[in-house]
Amino acid sequence: MSTITRRAALAAAATLAAPSILRAQAAPLKIGLVTTLSGPGGYLGADIRDAMQLAVEQGALPGVQLLVEDDGLKPAQAKQIVDRWLKTEKLKLFTGVVFSNVMEAIAPDVLEEGAIYVSPNAGPSSLAGKGCHRNYYVVSWQNDTLHESAGENANRLGHKKVFVLAPNYPAGRDAITGFKRFFKGEIAGEIYTRLDQTDYAAEMAQIRAANPDAVFQFHPGGLGIAFIRQYQQAGLGGKIPMVVSSPSLDSTTLNAVGDAALGIEVSAQWNSDFDNPVSKKFVADFQAKYNRMPTYYASQGFDTALAIAAALKGTGGKADDTEAFRREMLKANFQATRGKFKFGPNQHPVQDWYAIRPERGADGKLFLKTQGRVLADRGDAYSDQCKI
Amino acid sequence: MTLLLEQLLNGLQFGVMLFLMAAGLTLVFGIMGLINLAHGSLYMIGAYAAAWATLQTGSFLLGLLAGLSAAAVLGMALEAAILRRLYARDHLDQVLATFGVILFCNEAVAMIFGRQPLMAGPPPWLSGAVEIVPGVPYPVYRLAIIATGLLVAAGLYVLISRTRIGMLVRAGATHRELVGALGVRIGLLYTAVFGLGALLAGLAGALTGPLLAVQVGMGERILITTFVVIVIGGLGSIRGALAGAMLVGMVDTLTRGFLPATLRAVLPASEADALGAGLSSMAVFILMAIVLLWRPRGLFPAHA
Repeated sequence: MSTITRRAALAAAATLAAPSILRAQAAPLKIGLVTTLSGPGGYLGADIRDAMQLAVEQGALPGVQLLVEDDGLKPAQAKQIVDRWLKTEKLKLFTGVVFSNVMEAIAPDVLEEGAIYVSPNAGPSSLAGKGCHRNYYVVSWQNDTLHESAGENANRLGHKKVFVLAPNYPAGRDAITGFKRFFKGEIAGEIYTRLDQTDYAAEMAQIRAANPDAVFQFHPGGLGIAFIRQYQQAGLGGKIPMVVSSPSLDSTTLNAVGDAALGIEVSAQWNSDFDNPVSKKFVADFQAKYNRMPTYYASQGFDTALAIAAALKGTGGKADDTEAFRREMLKANFQATRGKFKFGPNQHPVQDWYAIRPERGADGKLFLKTQGRVLADRGDAYSDQCKI
Repeated sequence: MTLLLEQLLNGLQFGVMLFLMAAGLTLVFGIMGLINLAHGSLYMIGAYAAAWATLQTGSFLLGLLAGLSAAAVLGMALEAAILRRLYARDHLDQVLATFGVILFCNEAVAMIFGRQPLMAGPPPWLSGAVEIVPGVPYPVYRLAIIATGLLVAAGLYVLISRTRIGMLVRAGATHRELVGALGVRIGLLYTAVFGLGALLAGLAGALTGPLLAVQVGMGERILITTFVVIVIGGLGSIRGALAGAMLVGMVDTLTRGFLPATLRAVLPASEADALGAGLSSMAVFILMAIVLLWRPRGLFPAHA
């Protein structure tokens, strides 16, 4: 027998033997991760994906396989991917979405098919109150609460007259609603920018003309980088302080804008300097593997993976029985990177919020330093409208 | 009043940027009859090359040079390798092929530079703000962009209307076959024009870098507005591109700046904001529709 035919025979034998081997092992549980990997929000999704993959590699999710696709921040594209996975792969468990407009497009499809959605980031108000669902969980936050923490932070800092800006999409409108809900002072002006906008010159001029005590702005990812830089270039940087919530200034944005970030007041549910073992290990492992500082998005991705892992552990690795999954999921039986974590009645988190400020470290580099707690055990404003 | 002045400058700066993009796009369309969706990719390539070189060398001018040459060289390579084959085919084929080039460029750039936005600030001698009139500081860097753009516009005017190359370009735009029949090496002219267009897109990208975030997909956004500009200005006309760019830049900036506040005077605040934001993002398209109703071939059509 020549080498070639022998190899062919071996290959044939291996192919024939394969099905029995596969049958012996349980088929992996596939989780569909549709997230934003390209465009200005590209690194947000990449951080969520990388953190989840880290959790999988560390063995937190045994028998789980992640299917990853990029939605390009296009709701229609995300919908196509999800529909395909629902029909051809029969997936039962989805996660990954960064932007609320994408979430509003895909969540109904996933839930109608009897599948489960666990959000690592987007928490639009439309799905938190009357529109809540037994199979829809948010591990990050309800959108409004992010900005409620900023509103409370602005009170704490003594600002009386604040100019507010956010992009005109569901999370942007939630941002302004949330900020106003807790901020006690006067709104000096309110602007909705475009989600695809990166030049804010016209807005800078309006801020200057309104001459407020402070500016609150919500511009996630690359948008925030452009906004903060242009704010500095327009000469507003040293003059009018900025109060934001975490999406507008994360560790990646901080790296990109450098000294222009000094003086910005941030608030978030997690920060990379948190002194708990889970967070410390996560930050160290993430840096070792990817050679960059994890952002809030990464920590949320990791917490989402841990929450799913805890639920799957309870159900024996299955997501078919959604009620069984729900019972286990709502126990939130895991140690989150952010410390305290539990689900409220609408399956959105109840958690603490912290004030954070960029500071210069001993090595001369900027880092985000936690200052203190802004809100304790905050759920959200929509949970009492949710009847499930 | 000072607010209006500042917004007018913002509109001028946006218009100048759009002109740099539109000039190349409209030349390529006017002369080769090619719809080049990949023009936005050349803008992105210019921005990435400039930001990367600035970060490596610490010199803004070296970065600018890198951005210009990367866009021009890659643009000409693109023309020679792919686009040349598309001139004789219909517009749908061109759109499909150049759309493919966009996808390719976006993925290639993501693989080389990663998905995190690249950041190179303006050089120290161009950062900060100057008071144009007392009490209105304006970013020096934006003023520099306006100056550069106006210089380029003047340079293009001289090149197109006063030189032999310009004569061929004008002739090529109106009587393509005749120019070839007169013995001009039309292939070479095409590559040169395409290179010039790519160079201008690269310049726009390199100048934008320090202002906005340099990121994958940045080209598509400005490309859509650029198409609006050349449709308003008239396909193939540099003069039209300039007029269209200024018009779009002003209308976009001024509606964004003043429309919501104006509507607040007559409507409840929340409705005014929603309507204002919606209308101001539609404004340039409404402008395009009005211009097309009035002059279906644009303001200054090349093939009159």
